[in-house]
Amino acid sequence: MLAYTIKRFFMMIVTILIISTLTFILMHSIPGSPFNEERTTNETIQANLEKFYKLDEPLPVQYLYYLKSIVTFDFGPSIKKPNETVNELLARGFPISFELGMTTILVAVISGILLGTFAALRHNGFIDYFAMTFAVVGISVPNFVLATLLIQKLAVDYNIFPPATWSSPMHMVLPVLALATGPMAIIARLTRSSMLEVLTQDYIRMAKAKGLSPFRIVARHALRNALMPVVTIMGTMLAGILTGTFVIEKIFAIPGMGKYFVESINNRDYPVIMGTTVFYSTFLVFMLFVVDIVYGLLDPRIKLHKKAGDA
Amino acid sequence: MNEHQLDLAKEIEKEKRDELSRMKKQSQSVPSYKTKKQKMISEEVILEVDNLHVQFSTFGGSVHAVRGVSFNLRKGETLAIVGESGCGKSVTSNAIMGLIPQPPGRISEGRVMFKNQELTKMTKKQMRKVQGVDISMIFQDPMTALNPTLTIGEQLTEGVRTHTNASKSEAKEKALDMLRLVGIPNPQERLKQYPHQFSGGMRQRIVIAMALICEPELLIADEPTTALDVTIQAQILELFEEIQQKTGVSIVLITHDLGVVAKIADRIAVMYAGKIIELGTKREIFYTPQHPYTQGLLKSVPRLDLLEEELQPIEGTPPDLFSPPTGCPFTARCPFAMEVCEHIHPATTVKSLTHQVDCWLQDERAQAFRNELKV
Repeated sequence: MLAYTIKRFFMMIVTILIISTLTFILMHSIPGSPFNEERTTNETIQANLEKFYKLDEPLPVQYLYYLKSIVTFDFGPSIKKPNETVNELLARGFPISFELGMTTILVAVISGILLGTFAALRHNGFIDYFAMTFAVVGISVPNFVLATLLIQKLAVDYNIFPPATWSSPMHMVLPVLALATGPMAIIARLTRSSMLEVLTQDYIRMAKAKGLSPFRIVARHALRNALMPVVTIMGTMLAGILTGTFVIEKIFAIPGMGKYFVESINNRDYPVIMGTTVFYSTFLVFMLFVVDIVYGLLDPRIKLHKKAGDA
Repeated sequence: MNEHQLDLAKEIEKEKRDELSRMKKQSQSVPSYKTKKQKMISEEVILEVDNLHVQFSTFGGSVHAVRGVSFNLRKGETLAIVGESGCGKSVTSNAIMGLIPQPPGRISEGRVMFKNQELTKMTKKQMRKVQGVDISMIFQDPMTALNPTLTIGEQLTEGVRTHTNASKSEAKEKALDMLRLVGIPNPQERLKQYPHQFSGGMRQRIVIAMALICEPELLIADEPTTALDVTIQAQILELFEEIQQKTGVSIVLITHDLGVVAKIADRIAVMYAGKIIELGTKREIFYTPQHPYTQGLLKSVPRLDLLEEELQPIEGTPPDLFSPPTGCPFTARCPFAMEVCEHIHPATTVKSLTHQVDCWLQDERAQAFRNELKV
């Protein structure tokens, strides 16, 4: 287990290095620069600015500076908002994005699993048809469409929830709903089908023959086995939810990281692009690692230290 | 003390020793069983299946899987239900156990009595108090009968913990006892392991331990050795015999393997197309089989003592239970079929106190025909 964790940790570092290098190359191959605006600046000022942000150095040297900033996790000040450092931006934006993302995941996972389980237990019953219709709609409708619909109906027409911004739990309802519906539908479908399969297994019949209560059979014998496929797709789903937050944050005017992320690319704000990308990829890679650990905990047949060789 | 007295004293001492060892031996076995050969079966009937009918509704119509099965089982007895695939053996056992999924399944007629309780009238909740406590079941494939994500210990103790108010440590003690009973070495360590860490034979031992942990009076074993290696099969069958001697449990053994039957059954019920067509003691079924199907079954098994004889398969397939035949279901495959067989189902002929058969050849009017065929 420990050997696996260490090995996995080095893999994580290599992954992050590759991502950040690619980001660097892409960033500098986009035409234009942070100072490339219609308003003409004094040439001396521009030269000074470039010197300050070390943009006058050759690219390989800039790359080394860039790597240094990753290792020390200090990306310096933003170019567009010179009075703020990238770290400050992250510290302000990330907690909000994290709150949105995590609430979404929790809502999606819990309700998805419940919905899928009940659908499987009432196979071909009303709940099943309802859940699966809901799932098809949930998967098909993009979250930004759902978001605008929710704002129109629940905020503007009926005035139940606030339409935008981020200050109270009530403000969270619509964005979380918009963001969670897709993943929830996927989880519900997956849970249902794997639950249906598990329920026909001999060990479930065995559990019934032992005279256990239906609740115990489902909660203890069936669910744990049925959740394996759900855990497997959690990793990719996390990435989906993270990128989904960018769009949703924009629609609901939530001051999370998404805004900085998108704006920084438009503005060629190199330090902010670097900071947000590296931060997000580190977070995602770490979460994937957590998912793998959870997988091992759920299924005793998976021995993590043995798997490390081909991981 | 003279020499004579000394001899006498020695003799008395020896007698005492002998008696002591005799007593020890006796205390190890349950009184009602003397030895394997002299097995005594009590009069007490613990299971009575009476005219049991089970139907399954499917998209294609209703399948009448069990069509009037009746038998009884006495305490400490092993009854084998034999028949080819799809003849309703497993459905019968599931019906006794209350494991017929409803819907699509339905017990449309008849009843199952277990020690004066009518199981077929019980609610699911009442049934759960019988399942695993009074009646236990062993499944065919030990590779899939154990939950891969729970330790053996958790799976063994949960039955005890559900049905009795035993504490965790009491349940664990019980589980250890059971693992010792079924012959698992190092039970203490094994309790913490997962099913994938055991071999097939070991797993079946665990499944048996699990079934026995609440000391049931009836054990239903649905093809318990089919999925095992031949060498392991013999071990498991011996384990069944041993357990029956120790605990006096009654066993319903579902199988299609006549070898298994010959080893441990006391009585045999031969099933065909949802009916018991012949029922008798092991001796009666093996030496004087009356029904042509039973005879065919016995001829299709290889025998080591008759080297020259070729195996004779029973030609054809069993009837479709979507529309069961009105007459004897074996008619189409029966070498002795008469006209009457096709239209009217034969009545049960009682050959002896323990032996009964459903066949028209037993009818007085078929006597001449029988003599001709030398059945």
